[in-house]
Amino acid sequence: MTESTGGIDMDEESSGTIKKFAFVNRKAPYGTIYALESLEVVLISAAFDQDVSLVFMDDGVYELKKGQGTKAVGMKNFSPTYRALEGYDIEKLYVEKESMEARGLTEDDLVVPVEVLTSEEMATLMDEQDVVLSF
Amino acid sequence: MKFGILVNEGPYNHQASDTAYQFAKAAIEKGHEIHRVFFYHDGVNNATKLTEPPQDDRHIVNRWSKLAEEHGVDLVVCVAAGLRRGIVDENLASGFRISGLGQLVETGIQADRVVTFGD
Repeated sequence: MTESTGGIDMDEESSGTIKKFAFVNRKAPYGTIYALESLEVVLISAAFDQDVSLVFMDDGVYELKKGQGTKAVGMKNFSPTYRALEGYDIEKLYVEKESMEARGLTEDDLVVPVEVLTSEEMATLMDEQDVVLSF
Repeated sequence: MKFGILVNEGPYNHQASDTAYQFAKAAIEKGHEIHRVFFYHDGVNNATKLTEPPQDDRHIVNRWSKLAEEHGVDLVVCVAAGLRRGIVDENLASGFRISGLGQLVETGIQADRVVTFGD
């Protein structure tokens, strides 16, 4: 725990404060490392007992696409990790409707159940957050 | 106000690190506090002491080190992102320290605002 949380003694420094964190995923899963390293922050955030939401928009919706085959590009397919988030009590996953539809995707194409929000609803969601980290 | 800063891009290739530095400096000059600057993704490359830019160019790494020295700003490099890119204690510039991603989450909790610099 100490190593994964950066040596922070959560009992002293951060306990009691619960903030609303939104991790906004906007990039395709491969091609750049943003999606993979963003997921690493999300997993660590679970150790801090915060109110965590994940947002997928723009090419970020591809991160949740079923049937990712990465062998040919020599990268690890990390999409199964999104299915494990539930085990970390990270259950609020939101996908922007316009981004999904623009890419010809539906909820059935995604590896996890999500809540689909219009861009207007997404704006409201983001407005409610204390911390928005965009990757 | 207490600010947290996230730098997601490496030096020279991208303006993010320059803008983050200017922001931090301006905030301090205005009397605000920088709780921490966290370097993630290629942003960890801001922490190598091996850079030698041409003399007529700004020295981005030294600029960060000076900010830490003069104002006690906590410059934290993500250990996992650093290991991926060869940023380790042996080549770490002064004023930086290597720690875990929890330090980023903690900044989110402790700071009034977290500002991200990157794409």
